[in-house]
Amino acid sequence: MPIQILMPALSPTMTEGKLARWLKAEGDKIKSGDVLAEIETDKATMEMEAADDGILGRILVQGGSEGVKVNTPIGLILAEGEDKSALEAVAAPVAAKAPAEPVPVPVPVPAVVSPAPAAPQPQQKAYTGPTKRQTVREALRDAMAEEMRCDPNVFLMGEEVGQYQGAYKVSQGLLDEFGPKRVIDTPITEMGFAGLGVGAAFGGLRPIVEFMTFNFSMQAIDQIVNSASKTLYMSGGQQTCPIVFRGPNGAASRVAAQHSQCYASWYAHCPGMKVVAPWSGMDAKGLLKSAIRDPNPVIFLENEMMYGQSFDVPEDADFTLPIGLARIERAGGDVTITAFSRMVGVALEAAEALAKEGIEAEVINLLSLRPLDSAAIIESVKKTNRLVTVEEGWPFAGIGAEIAALVMDQAFDWLDAPVNRVTGEDVPMPYAANLEKLALPDVPKIVAAAKAVCYRGQK
Amino acid sequence: MATAKSTSSKGASKSPSTDLLKLYRDMLLIRRFEEKAGQLYGMGLIGGFCHLYIGQEAVVVGLTAATRPGDSFITSYRDHGHMLAAGMDPKGVMAELTGRVGGYSKGKGGSMHMFSREKGFFGGHGIVAAQVPLGTGLAFGHKYREDQGVCLCFLGDGAVNQGQVYESFNMAALWKLPVIYVIENNRYGMGTSVERASASSTELHRRGDAYGIPGIAVDGMNVLEVEKAGRKWIAHAREGKGPVVLEMKTYRYRGHSMSDPAKYRTKEEVSKVRAEHDPIDTLAKLILDGKAASEDQLKEIDREVKEICTNASDFAQASPLPEAKELFTDILVGI
Ligand SMILES: Cc1ncc(C[n+]2csc(CCOP(=O)(O)OP(=O)(O)O)c2C)c(N)n1
Ligand SMILES: [Mg+2]
Repeated sequence: MPIQILMPALSPTMTEGKLARWLKAEGDKIKSGDVLAEIETDKATMEMEAADDGILGRILVQGGSEGVKVNTPIGLILAEGEDKSALEAVAAPVAAKAPAEPVPVPVPVPAVVSPAPAAPQPQQKAYTGPTKRQTVREALRDAMAEEMRCDPNVFLMGEEVGQYQGAYKVSQGLLDEFGPKRVIDTPITEMGFAGLGVGAAFGGLRPIVEFMTFNFSMQAIDQIVNSASKTLYMSGGQQTCPIVFRGPNGAASRVAAQHSQCYASWYAHCPGMKVVAPWSGMDAKGLLKSAIRDPNPVIFLENEMMYGQSFDVPEDADFTLPIGLARIERAGGDVTITAFSRMVGVALEAAEALAKEGIEAEVINLLSLRPLDSAAIIESVKKTNRLVTVEEGWPFAGIGAEIAALVMDQAFDWLDAPVNRVTGEDVPMPYAANLEKLALPDVPKIVAAAKAVCYRGQK
Repeated sequence: MATAKSTSSKGASKSPSTDLLKLYRDMLLIRRFEEKAGQLYGMGLIGGFCHLYIGQEAVVVGLTAATRPGDSFITSYRDHGHMLAAGMDPKGVMAELTGRVGGYSKGKGGSMHMFSREKGFFGGHGIVAAQVPLGTGLAFGHKYREDQGVCLCFLGDGAVNQGQVYESFNMAALWKLPVIYVIENNRYGMGTSVERASASSTELHRRGDAYGIPGIAVDGMNVLEVEKAGRKWIAHAREGKGPVVLEMKTYRYRGHSMSDPAKYRTKEEVSKVRAEHDPIDTLAKLILDGKAASEDQLKEIDREVKEICTNASDFAQASPLPEAKELFTDILVGI
C-alpha cells in the first residue's frame, strides 16, 4: 500500500495553507528527513520533511495550490520495491481519526471557585489538654523540633537558620539538636534554595524552607508557583511536593515598603498549594505541624510582631490543627468580622470596643486562606447579616475581595448591608511613624466599618 | 581549576562494556519517535509546543548508558529523548503528546511536562532553567539519604544565562552535591545563536570555574565520547567529589519547536552537520567498519524501532481523551 503524504499543520493554529512548491518530482527517491515541499502558513514559509523512505509515486496537489486543508492527501509514496500499479489501489483519504470524546458527564464544581451551599461544618475543636505559656516564636520552634524528631526526612533550610539561630530566633536550638545535616544555613540565594527544596521534595524529602521574610520570596516565586504548586497536576497525580515555605509576612515595624507587605492574596490565588496564617501560639504550633505533615506545598505566613507574644500552647506532641477550618474566637450576633494573622488580635480589641457601644461582633480567625473555610463564614453571616473583612494587605484583588464575592454568591439574600473591607491602604508602606500607622488597619478603622454595616453613625 | 580540554577526537576507543548495538538502537528509537511525533503534529494530533530532539540523540543516550538504576534525571521541555532513554514507555510518552488519558500525565501535562518516579525521571519543565535548582535538590536528596545516586540535570545553551543556574552551581559546589550539569549546547536558544547570547560562548563548560566546578567540553555528536565522559565524571560525582559541568557540543536539526521557520540559520549549515556529524550515521559506520554487526542487523534494528513507534502512535491515537472530571483532580494530594 502506498503511503499518503498529508498536508501538515505547521503551527498550533494552522487549519489550511498554501502548498508553495514541491522540491521532489514524481519518481524521485526519498529518504525520511528529506525536504519534500514548502508550505506557507499564515506566519511563515516552512519546509515539510518526509517521514518515510520510498519513491514519490504521485503528486496529488500541485505546487502553488492555495487553501489546502490540513490533512488533505497531497502525494503518495511507494515503498521500496512497490509497483506503480499500487497507486491505483489507493482508496479515499484516511485522515486522522478524531479522538474518542468521553461520554459527557456533569462537571463537578470545584470547591474553591464556587463552593456548595454551606452545610453546618465542624469548627476547629477546642483543645482541653495541658498547655504551657509560650511565645509564638517558641511554639513554632517546638512544632519543627517535634516533627523533626518523628520524621528523619524533615529538614530546615534558609538564611541564618543554623549557627545564628534564626534571623528572628525562631530556629533557636535546632542546630544543636539536629546538627548541620538537617538544619542548613544557605547562602543568600532564595530562588536557588527554594528550587533546591522543591527538587528535594520531588525526591521524597520533606523540606521546611524558611524565608527570612516573605518579601524575599519574590525572588523565588517562580519556583513556588510554577514548580511546587503545578507539578502534581502536570504529572497526572504522580509527582508530589511535600514542602513548607515559612517565614514572617506582612508589616513589620518601620522598615518601609520593601520589607512590609502581605502576600496572602498572592499565594492564595494559586491552585495547587495551601496557604495558612496563624495568629496565636496554639495556631502557630498546630498549623505548622499539620503543614509539615501535609503531602502538598504549604505557604505558612507568620508575623514578626507576633513572635514575642505569649499564649497558652498545647503541650501534647500529637496536637495539630487541621488545615482548612476557621475558628470563631468571639461569638456575637450583630456583625461578623473575619481576620487572619496579627489582625485577629486587632479585631478582637475592636469587638470589645464595639461591645461597649452595644454591638456584639463575631470574630472569625480564618487560619487558612486556601482552602478557605467558606462554610464558617457563610454560617456566621447568615446569623449576623453583616460582614467586615480585615487584612493588612492591599484592597485590590485581596482576601476581602474574595470573601465579598463568596458572600454575594452564597449569602446574598441574608445580607442587610454591603460587605465592608478594612485593608492596608493602597500605597507602598511608608517609613514615617505617623504615615505607617495610617496605612494599616487598626481598632478605630474596624470599629467604624462595623458601625457602618450596622448603620450606626459615628458619634 | 580543573578545566579539562575538549575531547573532540572522533572514534574514541570504546570502553569494554560498551554495547554498540544498544547505543545504536536507543538513538534510533529517539530519532524515529521524534519523526513520528513530527508527523502526528502535522496531522493536528499534537498541539501547542512540541520541541523535537532530533540531532542531539547521542547526548542523552551516551550519558544514560553511563548511569545506573537509582540515578535521577531532569531536563527542560525538549524532553522526549530523555524519557525514552530513561526507559519510559514510548506509548505513554506519545499518548501524552496527543493529550490522551493513556499518557504519563493523563493528558494534563503535554509534551513539556511528564514524570516517572519509577524511572527516576523528574520532568519535563517549561520554565527555562527552573530544572537546574530542582535537579540540585534531587542531588541534595541523594546525598541526604546516602543512596549513592547521582542526578543528571540537563540545560540548554540559552538556559545557562539564567541567574538560578549560578545559585545552583554555588550550592552544589559548597555542599559537594552529586549532580552533573549537562549543558546541551545545540548552538541556538530559539532563534538566538550562542554567540549572540553568551559571553565567552565557546567556553560554556567553564561557567562553573568560579565555583571550582570541573568543566569539560565533549563532542556531543559522538555517542562514544559522550559515554566515556559520562563514565568518568558520573563516577567522580558518585564518589562525593562534587558537581561537574559537561558541555555537550551538539546540534538540533529541526526548528526550536514545530512552528519555527528557522530563518536564523542556513539550510547549508544544517545539511553540513547532518552529512558530516550525524550521531547515528557516525555510529553505524563505526559498527559496520568494525564488523560489530552487518548491514542487515542494523536494518533489523530499524525495523524493530519503527514498529515500536508505529505502535506508540497507534496507541496515542486510540487512547481516549481524559474525562471532564479530570479537570478537577490532582490539584492537591488527598483532594
Ligand atoms: C523563563 C523562560 N523564558 C523564556 C522562555 C521561552 N523559551 C522557551 S525555550 C527558549 C530557548 C531556550 O534555549 P536553550 O536553553 O538553548 O534550549 P534548547 O531549546 O536549545 O534546547 C525560550 C526563550 C521560557 N520557556 N522560560
Ligand atoms: Mg539551545
